[in-house]
Amino acid sequence: MKPPLSLESLPQRQCATVATIDWSHLSTPEARRLRELGFDEGVGVEVLHRASLGKGPIACRIGRMTVALRRAVAGAIFVSPVAQ
Amino acid sequence: MTSTPLVALVGNPNAGKSALFNALTGARQKVGNYPGVTVERHSGKLVLPDGRIVELVDLPGAYSLEPSSPDERVTRDVVTGAQIGERLPDALIVVVDASNLDNHLRFALQLIALGLPVVVALNMIDLAARDGLTLDPVKLSAELGVPVIPTVAVRRRGLDEVKATLSGLIVESAAIRLRPSDPAIGEDIVTLQRRARKIALGATVSEAPVRRWTHALDAVALHPVWGVLLLMVILFTMFQAVFSWATVPADAISAGIAWAQESIRATLPDTPLRSLLTDGLLAGVGAVIVFLPQILILFAFILVLEASGYMVRAAFLMDRVMASVGLSGRAFIPLLSSFACAVPGIMATRTIEDEKDRLTTILIAPLMTCSARLPVYTLVIGALIPDRHVLPFVGLQGLVMFALYIMGLVGAFVVALVLRRTVTAGVSSGFMMEMPKYQMPRLRDVAIGLWSRAEIFLKRAGTTIALTIVLLWVLASYPVAPAGQKQSEYSIAGRIASGIEVVVRPIGFNHDIALALLPAMAAREAAVGAIATVYSIDNPDDPRGDNQLRRNLQARWSLPTALAFLMWFVFAPQCISTIAVTRRETNGWKWPAFMVGYLFALAYIAAGATYWAAIGLGL
Ligand SMILES: Nc1nc2c(ncn2[C@@H]2O[C@H](COP(=O)(O)OP(=O)(O)OP(=O)(O)O)[C@@H](O)[C@H]2O)c(=O)[nH]1
Ligand SMILES: [Mg+2]
Repeated sequence: MKPPLSLESLPQRQCATVATIDWSHLSTPEARRLRELGFDEGVGVEVLHRASLGKGPIACRIGRMTVALRRAVAGAIFVSPVAQ
Repeated sequence: MTSTPLVALVGNPNAGKSALFNALTGARQKVGNYPGVTVERHSGKLVLPDGRIVELVDLPGAYSLEPSSPDERVTRDVVTGAQIGERLPDALIVVVDASNLDNHLRFALQLIALGLPVVVALNMIDLAARDGLTLDPVKLSAELGVPVIPTVAVRRRGLDEVKATLSGLIVESAAIRLRPSDPAIGEDIVTLQRRARKIALGATVSEAPVRRWTHALDAVALHPVWGVLLLMVILFTMFQAVFSWATVPADAISAGIAWAQESIRATLPDTPLRSLLTDGLLAGVGAVIVFLPQILILFAFILVLEASGYMVRAAFLMDRVMASVGLSGRAFIPLLSSFACAVPGIMATRTIEDEKDRLTTILIAPLMTCSARLPVYTLVIGALIPDRHVLPFVGLQGLVMFALYIMGLVGAFVVALVLRRTVTAGVSSGFMMEMPKYQMPRLRDVAIGLWSRAEIFLKRAGTTIALTIVLLWVLASYPVAPAGQKQSEYSIAGRIASGIEVVVRPIGFNHDIALALLPAMAAREAAVGAIATVYSIDNPDDPRGDNQLRRNLQARWSLPTALAFLMWFVFAPQCISTIAVTRRETNGWKWPAFMVGYLFALAYIAAGATYWAAIGLGL
């Protein structure tokens, strides 16, 4: 089995689907907002932009929406890349 | 007695609720292309095709009925009838963004489950088409079990159908109105979301791949290097424009005021009334009104940024800096709005989830250089900073102005850092935000925004500032000074100022400044008016106009004094409205008192340090 890949380290423009979300790493309001923005197992995601190398937020596509997230949150979202 | 039916506009943030509200009621609520524009309820009157009148309320956007910030709480309370003294709505217009159905339908499902009559406005179908998306409203309606009307709020499309559907929904005999039951509100987000996705998929007829402009633009706007550079260029252009584009209209206004003063002098006999009109009102209020063009240019920039969708991008780029001082990246949006005015900026903090995070943002908002500081900065910079170019296209005056803005920003970040480690310590709400698609700003929206700002500014000049100036004129004109004594020192106002001068002398302030500080409390611009009035009273035979004011400043102020004065205005909380709105938003006097205290202390220290440093440097 391949090691789990998080949204934080997903290469830019690589389509993927959400595999699991490690809710224990998120605060209650964070977890709720994440669900409200549509993060759920099986949904297609893609990293569109990174604010800067290493730190700063990332912009990702989730469903039809573009959402900005901090890296720590993105690190709790595990994804499986899909072949293009 | 039957009261007017109540209808609420609800939906996700940025779905176009306020745009639809404006189109339906003819109101001019603020519309902007970022989530969290509307932060309180607004009501208006809607006339149905059958002649009935209903009260329509525009609500803040929300993602669900479980609120996570103060603005979302308002929405929940209104649609569940929990608002004290508020009746339950008779119907809901649920606004969804057609180009983003999966997500928006989830909240729609939750709202439909409340049991109130619902009509869904399938808004922004034009944007969905731009994305190559074709939807089937009939199928959607069948799935949801409520009427669905395609609309384009900003082009007034679909309005008649919405109104017609609404009149069918509002039944007159609503006396036995049931309170909504709560079943699906309890249904968890994930289940609802999955249902929403299925319905959205079912309602999608076709989806053509198209070039997404938003992604192409974001590749630059969010780029680690180009994006930051672009943000800098935008802000710098804004300040240069404020400084240089306004000259012609400002000169015209100034000439008009001088002409009015001369005409009054030529026609009226030399009485106190003539002096009140020319030296008081025209000199004082005129000195403020001259800045209308500048303020409008600043607002035009901010309105265009807000309408284009760039605000969230700016927040994205600034998030790292915000995080390093313990703030949410989201807080950058209220702060950027505070460049126009801190009052709406402070209200916009209602979108921030964490209480302490929000409080910190409120406390630093007054440090953003608001438009009311422009007159003060421009006058003093124009009079005492040499007008020359330090680089091609970069004037020294513009550069000093830019430096003052940066001072405010840096000050705000340092204060936030300190506050977050002391009085407002706590967790940060992080940064998780939907990024809207770019839109071309509509000229009409910008024009309406500018018009309402001009109205507010002129009203302020005509009321608060005019009153302050008249009061100052009275206090500065009496008692009349004997020959050889300066009127501005002998009068009541002069003596009060002499008292203040004792305190501010150590930081380089002269008697004129001491005299201007009190009126500036009512409104910062009044400082300019006050100085103009006092000089006008002291030298009634001077030629009139803006240039004369500048010459007087050059003669009476040293450069270190001027710099100290500018620095004072970067920090000093000279604005009653800001203090009042802080009291309202924090429910008490504790935090406004703290804010005023720390800002005055900072202002005093910064002005003093600047003065003595300038003296030390031999300026
Ligand atoms: N193209 C297009 N743009 C629209 C439409 N309706 C609204 N807009 C734009 O979408 C943006 C958001 O509109 P608002 O009315 O402020 O949205 P809102 O739902 O009130 O947003 P919040 O107050 O933040 O919850 C603005 O830039 C509007 O000009 C539409 O039907 N088509
Ligand atoms: Mg709104």
